Amino acid sequence: MSMVLSWSIVVAQMFLSLAMACAAFRVLGGPRAQDRVVGFDSLYVSAMLLLLTFGIRTGSTLYFEAALIVALLGFVGTTALSKFLLRGEVIE
Amino acid sequence: MNEAAELPAWTLMIVAILLITGAATTLIGSLGLLRLRTFYERVHAPTLGTTFGTACIVIASVIYFSATGTRPVLNEFLILIFVTVTTPVTLMILIRASVLRDRSGNKQVASEQKRG
Repeated sequence: MSMVLSWSIVVAQMFLSLAMACAAFRVLGGPRAQDRVVGFDSLYVSAMLLLLTFGIRTGSTLYFEAALIVALLGFVGTTALSKFLLRGEVIE
Repeated sequence: MNEAAELPAWTLMIVAILLITGAATTLIGSLGLLRLRTFYERVHAPTLGTTFGTACIVIASVIYFSATGTRPVLNEFLILIFVTVTTPVTLMILIRASVLRDRSGNKQVASEQKRG
């Protein structure tokens, strides 16, 4: 029965890696700056979910904290980029 | 994977289904981000991954770690609440920035194109 869980974790990690690849392609080739920021947002959320699946796979608690830090810093980074696009400076 | 052998079968099935559903939803959202045409259509697609995908994978993680009993289980809801609350804020600021950039440039906003 453990085979079902391990194979589903492998499939989920493949899906999330493909999602990260799509978002990275949008970051690299997005026609305008706001496309790149949306791609970055999707990229860090997919990376955070991939860290959570690694945590289920290994049974370790360290991945959860790494995922929480990725979520926090990703939000700060995306907000700073959006503020820069909106106003031309981050802190005013 | 050592603790997973002692778990009941239905718990593992629920965890597996939630994991695959969440990952597939996130993949669909990222494919939409890659495939849709204009920016105002593209900005909707990743919210699938940030709400439904995050919820499914976080609930799968909560069920797995509470069944194995290795650590307190409610920590993942921090991630769920944080991501669900902060993503609309970010995207609203980003859409306002995009509308401002479109209006200051030569390009018209998509809604104004439809209206006019």
